Amino acid sequence: MAHFDASMTPEEIKKAKMKTVMKVTAILAAVTIVEFIFAFAWPDGSSRTILNILFLGLTFLKAGYIIMEFMHLGHETFLLKFVILFPLLFLVWLCVALFVEGQAILDAFLNW
Amino acid sequence: MSSSTSLTPLEISKWDGGERPMNASYGKLMMWFFLVSDAFTFASLLIAYGVVRYMHPAYEGAYSKFEFATSSDDFYWPIPEKVFNAFPGLHGMDIPLGFVGLMTFILILSSVTMVLAVEAGERKSQKEVEKWMLWTVVGGITFLGCQAWEWSHFIHGSAEGVVRDGVRIFGANLHVNEYGPQLFANFFFFITGFHGVHVTSGVIINIVIFYNVVMGTYEKRGSYEMIEKGGLYWHFVDLVWVFVFTFFYLI
Repeated sequence: MAHFDASMTPEEIKKAKMKTVMKVTAILAAVTIVEFIFAFAWPDGSSRTILNILFLGLTFLKAGYIIMEFMHLGHETFLLKFVILFPLLFLVWLCVALFVEGQAILDAFLNW
Repeated sequence: MSSSTSLTPLEISKWDGGERPMNASYGKLMMWFFLVSDAFTFASLLIAYGVVRYMHPAYEGAYSKFEFATSSDDFYWPIPEKVFNAFPGLHGMDIPLGFVGLMTFILILSSVTMVLAVEAGERKSQKEVEKWMLWTVVGGITFLGCQAWEWSHFIHGSAEGVVRDGVRIFGANLHVNEYGPQLFANFFFFITGFHGVHVTSGVIINIVIFYNVVMGTYEKRGSYEMIEKGGLYWHFVDLVWVFVFTFFYLI
Protein backbone atom coordinates (compact mmCIF):
# COMPACT_ATOMS: atom_id res chain seq x y z
CA MET A 1 0.00 0.00 0.00
CA ALA A 2 2.03 2.92 1.19
CA HIS A 3 5.72 3.28 0.53
CA PHE A 4 7.62 0.57 2.28
CA ASP A 5 10.52 -1.70 1.42
CA ALA A 6 12.46 -4.65 2.78
CA SER A 7 14.56 -2.46 5.03
CA MET A 8 11.56 -1.62 7.17
CA THR A 9 10.56 -3.58 10.25
CA PRO A 10 7.14 -5.29 10.29
CA GLU A 11 6.02 -2.69 12.81
CA GLU A 12 6.94 0.16 10.44
CA ILE A 13 5.24 -1.55 7.50
CA LYS A 14 2.08 -1.94 9.56
CA LYS A 15 2.20 1.73 10.50
CA ALA A 16 2.64 2.82 6.87
CA LYS A 17 -0.27 0.63 5.75
CA MET A 18 -2.54 1.88 8.54
CA LYS A 19 -1.77 5.44 7.50
CA THR A 20 -2.96 4.72 3.94
CA VAL A 21 -6.07 2.91 5.19
CA MET A 22 -7.00 5.83 7.45
CA LYS A 23 -6.37 8.35 4.66
CA VAL A 24 -8.57 6.47 2.18
CA THR A 25 -11.31 6.00 4.80
CA ALA A 26 -11.29 9.72 5.54
CA ILE A 27 -11.51 10.56 1.82
CA LEU A 28 -14.40 8.14 1.22
CA ALA A 29 -16.32 9.44 4.22
CA ALA A 30 -15.71 13.08 3.27
CA VAL A 31 -16.82 12.54 -0.34
CA THR A 32 -20.02 10.79 0.80
CA ILE A 33 -20.81 13.67 3.15
CA VAL A 34 -20.16 16.21 0.37
CA GLU A 35 -22.51 14.31 -1.96
CA PHE A 36 -25.15 14.22 0.74
CA ILE A 37 -24.86 17.99 1.33
CA PHE A 38 -25.12 18.68 -2.40
CA ALA A 39 -28.28 16.56 -2.66
CA PHE A 40 -29.72 18.30 0.40
CA ALA A 41 -28.87 21.91 -0.35
CA TRP A 42 -28.62 22.34 -4.12
CA PRO A 43 -30.69 25.49 -4.90
CA ASP A 44 -33.78 25.17 -7.11
CA GLY A 45 -32.62 27.48 -9.88
CA SER A 46 -29.15 25.96 -10.35
CA SER A 47 -28.34 23.59 -13.16
CA ARG A 48 -29.02 19.92 -12.39
CA THR A 49 -26.62 19.00 -15.19
CA ILE A 50 -23.71 20.56 -13.34
CA LEU A 51 -24.78 18.78 -10.15
CA ASN A 52 -24.99 15.45 -11.96
CA ILE A 53 -21.53 15.92 -13.46
CA LEU A 54 -20.26 16.70 -9.95
CA PHE A 55 -21.88 13.51 -8.60
CA LEU A 56 -20.36 11.52 -11.45
CA GLY A 57 -16.88 12.89 -10.77
CA LEU A 58 -17.13 12.22 -7.02
CA THR A 59 -18.37 8.67 -7.69
CA PHE A 60 -15.41 7.87 -9.90
CA LEU A 61 -13.10 9.38 -7.27
CA LYS A 62 -14.57 7.05 -4.63
CA ALA A 63 -14.51 4.06 -7.01
CA GLY A 64 -10.86 4.80 -7.86
CA TYR A 65 -9.80 4.79 -4.22
CA ILE A 66 -11.71 1.57 -3.49
CA ILE A 67 -10.29 -0.26 -6.53
CA MET A 68 -6.74 1.03 -6.33
CA GLU A 69 -6.17 0.96 -2.53
CA PHE A 70 -8.74 -1.34 -0.90
CA MET A 71 -8.70 -3.89 -3.72
CA HIS A 72 -4.99 -3.29 -4.12
CA LEU A 73 -5.15 -3.07 -7.92
CA GLY A 74 -2.96 0.04 -7.92
CA HIS A 75 -0.09 -2.09 -6.63
CA GLU A 76 -0.46 -4.98 -9.08
CA THR A 77 1.45 -5.38 -12.35
CA PHE A 78 0.54 -3.19 -15.31
CA LEU A 79 -0.74 -6.23 -17.16
CA LEU A 80 -3.26 -7.14 -14.46
CA LYS A 81 -4.49 -3.54 -14.25
CA PHE A 82 -4.92 -3.47 -18.01
CA VAL A 83 -6.76 -6.80 -18.18
CA ILE A 84 -9.23 -5.72 -15.48
CA LEU A 85 -9.82 -2.08 -16.42
CA PHE A 86 -9.67 -2.06 -20.23
CA PRO A 87 -12.82 -4.17 -20.85
CA LEU A 88 -14.82 -1.74 -18.74
CA LEU A 89 -14.24 0.93 -21.39
CA PHE A 90 -16.82 -0.82 -23.56
CA LEU A 91 -19.45 0.32 -21.06
CA VAL A 92 -18.88 3.92 -22.11
CA TRP A 93 -20.21 3.16 -25.56
CA LEU A 94 -23.08 1.12 -24.14
CA CYS A 95 -24.14 4.19 -22.12
CA VAL A 96 -23.93 6.56 -25.07
CA ALA A 97 -25.75 4.26 -27.49
CA LEU A 98 -28.58 3.29 -25.17
CA PHE A 99 -29.21 6.72 -23.66
CA VAL A 100 -29.56 8.22 -27.14
CA GLU A 101 -31.96 5.39 -27.94
CA GLY A 102 -33.99 6.09 -24.78
CA GLN A 103 -34.40 9.76 -25.68
CA ALA A 104 -35.44 8.81 -29.22
CA ILE A 105 -38.14 6.49 -27.83
CA LEU A 106 -39.51 9.25 -25.59
CA ASP A 107 -39.48 11.61 -28.56
CA ALA A 108 -41.40 9.05 -30.61
CA PHE A 109 -43.98 8.64 -27.84
CA LEU A 110 -44.57 12.36 -27.49
CA ASN A 111 -44.47 13.55 -31.10
CA TRP A 112 -46.01 10.84 -33.27
CA MET B 1 28.05 -39.81 -35.74
CA SER B 2 29.55 -37.23 -33.58
CA SER B 3 28.19 -37.22 -30.10
CA SER B 4 28.61 -33.52 -29.63
CA THR B 5 25.66 -31.27 -30.20
CA SER B 6 25.60 -27.55 -30.07
CA LEU B 7 22.86 -26.05 -27.96
CA THR B 8 21.34 -22.70 -28.66
CA PRO B 9 20.05 -21.29 -25.41
CA LEU B 10 16.28 -21.44 -25.26
CA GLU B 11 14.46 -18.15 -25.07
CA ILE B 12 12.27 -18.49 -22.03
CA SER B 13 9.58 -15.95 -21.44
CA LYS B 14 7.59 -15.67 -18.26
CA TRP B 15 4.61 -17.10 -20.15
CA ASP B 16 6.33 -20.48 -20.59
CA GLY B 17 5.23 -21.75 -17.21
CA GLY B 18 6.73 -21.94 -13.77
CA GLU B 19 6.13 -18.26 -13.19
CA ARG B 20 3.14 -16.05 -12.49
CA PRO B 21 3.10 -13.56 -15.36
CA MET B 22 0.65 -11.28 -13.54
CA ASN B 23 2.32 -11.75 -10.19
CA ALA B 24 -0.96 -12.89 -8.67
CA SER B 25 -2.05 -16.34 -7.58
CA TYR B 26 -4.57 -18.42 -9.54
CA GLY B 27 -7.32 -17.87 -7.00
CA LYS B 28 -6.92 -14.11 -6.95
CA LEU B 29 -6.85 -13.88 -10.74
CA MET B 30 -10.02 -15.92 -11.07
CA MET B 31 -11.72 -13.75 -8.45
CA TRP B 32 -10.73 -10.65 -10.45
CA PHE B 33 -12.10 -12.12 -13.69
CA PHE B 34 -15.34 -13.05 -11.96
CA LEU B 35 -15.61 -9.51 -10.62
CA VAL B 36 -15.17 -8.06 -14.11
CA SER B 37 -18.05 -10.20 -15.38
CA ASP B 38 -20.14 -9.23 -12.36
CA ALA B 39 -19.31 -5.58 -13.00
CA PHE B 40 -20.80 -5.97 -16.48
CA THR B 41 -23.97 -7.47 -15.01
CA PHE B 42 -24.44 -4.58 -12.61
CA ALA B 43 -23.50 -2.05 -15.27
CA SER B 44 -26.13 -3.42 -17.64
CA LEU B 45 -28.76 -3.16 -14.90
CA LEU B 46 -27.86 0.43 -14.11
CA ILE B 47 -27.63 1.38 -17.80
CA ALA B 48 -31.05 -0.23 -18.41
CA TYR B 49 -32.35 1.98 -15.59
CA GLY B 50 -30.84 4.98 -17.37
CA VAL B 51 -32.47 4.07 -20.68
CA VAL B 52 -35.89 3.69 -19.11
CA ARG B 53 -35.46 6.97 -17.28
CA TYR B 54 -34.67 8.69 -20.58
CA MET B 55 -37.82 7.10 -22.00
CA HIS B 56 -39.98 8.93 -19.45
CA PRO B 57 -40.57 12.65 -19.16
CA ALA B 58 -38.52 14.42 -16.48
CA TYR B 59 -40.02 16.55 -13.72
CA GLU B 60 -39.91 20.17 -14.92
CA GLY B 61 -40.78 22.26 -11.85
CA ALA B 62 -38.77 23.45 -8.87
CA TYR B 63 -37.22 20.58 -6.91
CA SER B 64 -38.33 21.87 -3.52
CA LYS B 65 -41.97 21.83 -4.67
CA PHE B 66 -41.81 18.31 -6.09
CA GLU B 67 -44.84 16.08 -5.76
CA PHE B 68 -45.42 12.61 -7.16
CA ALA B 69 -47.16 12.46 -10.54
CA THR B 70 -50.96 12.67 -10.11
CA SER B 71 -51.98 11.93 -13.69
CA SER B 72 -50.88 9.26 -16.12
CA ASP B 73 -51.07 11.93 -18.87
CA ASP B 74 -48.01 13.60 -17.36
CA PHE B 75 -46.33 10.57 -15.86
CA TYR B 76 -42.93 12.00 -15.00
CA TRP B 77 -40.10 10.11 -13.29
CA PRO B 78 -39.84 10.75 -9.53
CA ILE B 79 -36.89 12.52 -7.95
CA PRO B 80 -35.25 9.77 -5.87
CA GLU B 81 -34.31 12.05 -2.98
CA LYS B 82 -38.05 12.78 -2.50
CA VAL B 83 -38.81 9.06 -2.43
CA PHE B 84 -36.07 8.03 -0.02
CA ASN B 85 -36.42 10.77 2.59
CA ALA B 86 -37.51 8.83 5.67
CA PHE B 87 -35.39 7.87 8.65
CA PRO B 88 -36.26 5.22 11.25
CA GLY B 89 -37.58 6.83 14.42
CA LEU B 90 -38.03 10.25 12.83
CA HIS B 91 -41.54 9.89 11.49
CA GLY B 92 -42.84 12.54 9.11
CA MET B 93 -39.55 14.40 8.75
CA ASP B 94 -38.06 15.13 5.33
CA ILE B 95 -34.47 13.91 5.40
CA PRO B 96 -33.52 13.31 1.76
CA LEU B 97 -31.14 10.37 1.44
CA GLY B 98 -30.24 10.50 5.14
CA PHE B 99 -30.79 6.81 5.71
CA VAL B 100 -29.18 5.78 2.40
CA GLY B 101 -26.16 7.92 3.28
CA LEU B 102 -25.90 6.08 6.60
CA MET B 103 -26.12 2.71 4.80
CA THR B 104 -23.35 3.80 2.42
CA PHE B 105 -21.23 4.76 5.39
CA ILE B 106 -21.84 1.41 7.14
CA LEU B 107 -20.79 -0.52 4.04
CA ILE B 108 -17.65 1.61 3.58
CA LEU B 109 -16.74 1.00 7.23
CA SER B 110 -17.15 -2.76 6.83
CA SER B 111 -14.88 -2.51 3.79
CA VAL B 112 -12.30 -0.78 6.00
CA THR B 113 -12.45 -3.53 8.63
CA MET B 114 -11.96 -6.02 5.77
CA VAL B 115 -8.78 -4.18 4.70
CA LEU B 116 -7.59 -4.42 8.30
CA ALA B 117 -8.35 -8.17 8.33
CA VAL B 118 -6.29 -8.65 5.14
CA GLU B 119 -3.46 -6.62 6.65
CA ALA B 120 -3.54 -8.72 9.84
CA GLY B 121 -3.61 -11.87 7.69
CA GLU B 122 -0.40 -10.84 5.96
CA ARG B 123 1.23 -10.76 9.38
CA LYS B 124 -0.41 -14.14 10.20
CA SER B 125 -1.90 -12.65 13.33
CA GLN B 126 -4.80 -15.01 13.93
CA LYS B 127 -6.40 -13.10 16.82
CA GLU B 128 -6.51 -9.82 14.90
CA VAL B 129 -7.93 -11.48 11.76
CA GLU B 130 -10.68 -12.98 13.91
CA LYS B 131 -11.54 -9.60 15.37
CA TRP B 132 -11.66 -7.73 12.06
CA MET B 133 -13.53 -10.49 10.21
CA LEU B 134 -16.17 -10.44 12.92
CA TRP B 135 -16.57 -6.66 12.58
CA THR B 136 -16.88 -7.07 8.81
CA VAL B 137 -19.67 -9.63 9.26
CA VAL B 138 -21.42 -7.32 11.74
CA GLY B 139 -21.20 -4.43 9.25
CA GLY B 140 -22.63 -6.57 6.46
CA ILE B 141 -25.56 -7.77 8.57
CA THR B 142 -26.27 -4.20 9.75
CA PHE B 143 -26.37 -3.07 6.13
CA LEU B 144 -28.81 -5.86 5.25
CA GLY B 145 -31.02 -4.88 8.17
CA CYS B 146 -31.06 -1.27 6.96
CA GLN B 147 -31.98 -2.46 3.48
CA ALA B 148 -34.86 -4.52 4.88
CA TRP B 149 -36.18 -1.41 6.62
CA GLU B 150 -35.82 0.62 3.44
CA TRP B 151 -37.69 -1.98 1.37
CA SER B 152 -40.43 -2.18 3.96
CA HIS B 153 -40.83 1.60 3.93
CA PHE B 154 -40.82 1.70 0.13
CA ILE B 155 -43.47 -1.04 -0.08
CA HIS B 156 -45.78 0.47 2.54
CA GLY B 157 -45.35 4.05 1.35
CA SER B 158 -46.64 7.21 2.95
CA ALA B 159 -49.66 7.30 5.27
CA GLU B 160 -51.75 9.47 2.97
CA GLY B 161 -50.67 7.85 -0.32
CA VAL B 162 -51.00 9.58 -3.68
CA VAL B 163 -54.18 10.13 -5.70
CA ARG B 164 -53.52 9.38 -9.34
CA ASP B 165 -56.29 9.42 -11.98
CA GLY B 166 -58.80 9.43 -9.12
CA VAL B 167 -57.37 6.34 -7.41
CA ARG B 168 -55.55 6.54 -4.10
CA ILE B 169 -52.35 4.50 -4.20
CA PHE B 170 -50.26 3.49 -1.19
CA GLY B 171 -46.65 2.36 -1.43
CA ALA B 172 -45.41 0.13 -4.17
CA ASN B 173 -45.63 -3.37 -5.58
CA LEU B 174 -44.84 -4.83 -8.99
CA HIS B 175 -48.14 -3.59 -10.50
CA VAL B 176 -48.63 -0.11 -9.14
CA ASN B 177 -46.74 2.43 -7.04
CA GLU B 178 -47.38 5.89 -5.66
CA TYR B 179 -43.99 7.29 -6.66
CA GLY B 180 -44.35 7.41 -10.44
CA PRO B 181 -43.94 5.16 -13.48
CA GLN B 182 -44.14 1.47 -12.62
CA LEU B 183 -40.66 0.71 -13.91
CA PHE B 184 -39.20 2.97 -11.21
CA ALA B 185 -40.39 0.60 -8.49
CA ASN B 186 -39.48 -2.48 -10.50
CA PHE B 187 -35.92 -1.25 -11.03
CA PHE B 188 -35.66 -0.36 -7.35
CA PHE B 189 -36.62 -3.89 -6.36
CA PHE B 190 -34.37 -5.51 -8.94
CA ILE B 191 -31.21 -3.41 -8.59
CA THR B 192 -31.12 -3.04 -4.80
CA GLY B 193 -32.37 -6.62 -4.50
CA PHE B 194 -29.62 -7.98 -6.72
CA HIS B 195 -27.08 -5.98 -4.73
CA GLY B 196 -28.64 -7.26 -1.50
CA VAL B 197 -28.19 -10.85 -2.72
CA HIS B 198 -24.51 -10.08 -3.31
CA VAL B 199 -24.19 -8.66 0.21
CA THR B 200 -25.93 -11.74 1.62
CA SER B 201 -23.58 -14.13 -0.17
CA GLY B 202 -20.65 -11.92 0.87
CA VAL B 203 -21.72 -12.18 4.52
CA ILE B 204 -22.00 -15.97 4.19
CA ILE B 205 -18.51 -16.15 2.61
CA ASN B 206 -17.16 -13.94 5.40
CA ILE B 207 -18.76 -16.14 8.06
CA VAL B 208 -17.18 -19.24 6.49
CA ILE B 209 -13.79 -17.49 6.40
CA PHE B 210 -14.24 -16.36 10.01
CA TYR B 211 -15.04 -19.96 11.01
CA ASN B 212 -11.91 -21.20 9.24
CA VAL B 213 -9.77 -18.55 10.92
CA VAL B 214 -11.08 -19.54 14.34
CA MET B 215 -10.53 -23.25 13.58
CA GLY B 216 -6.95 -22.47 12.55
CA THR B 217 -7.38 -23.77 8.97
CA TYR B 218 -5.29 -20.98 7.47
CA GLU B 219 -2.77 -21.22 10.29
CA LYS B 220 -2.19 -24.89 9.33
CA ARG B 221 -2.14 -24.00 5.63
CA GLY B 222 0.50 -21.38 6.35
CA SER B 223 -1.25 -18.72 4.28
CA TYR B 224 -4.09 -16.30 4.90
CA GLU B 225 -4.63 -15.65 1.21
CA MET B 226 -8.29 -16.68 1.44
CA ILE B 227 -8.93 -13.44 3.37
CA GLU B 228 -7.62 -11.50 0.36
CA LYS B 229 -9.92 -13.35 -2.05
CA GLY B 230 -12.95 -12.90 0.17
CA GLY B 231 -11.84 -9.30 0.65
CA LEU B 232 -11.80 -8.66 -3.10
CA TYR B 233 -15.42 -9.82 -3.31
CA TRP B 234 -16.46 -7.77 -0.30
CA HIS B 235 -14.83 -4.59 -1.64
CA PHE B 236 -16.54 -5.19 -4.96
CA VAL B 237 -19.93 -5.28 -3.22
CA ASP B 238 -19.04 -1.96 -1.61
CA LEU B 239 -17.90 -0.60 -4.98
CA VAL B 240 -21.19 -1.55 -6.62
CA TRP B 241 -23.10 0.19 -3.83
CA VAL B 242 -21.13 3.39 -4.51
CA PHE B 243 -22.45 3.30 -8.08
CA VAL B 244 -25.99 2.32 -7.07
CA PHE B 245 -25.97 5.19 -4.57
CA THR B 246 -25.07 7.68 -7.28
CA PHE B 247 -27.13 6.43 -10.19
CA PHE B 248 -30.23 5.33 -8.33
CA TYR B 249 -30.42 7.69 -5.38
CA LEU B 250 -28.51 10.87 -6.20
CA ILE B 251 -29.06 11.63 -9.87
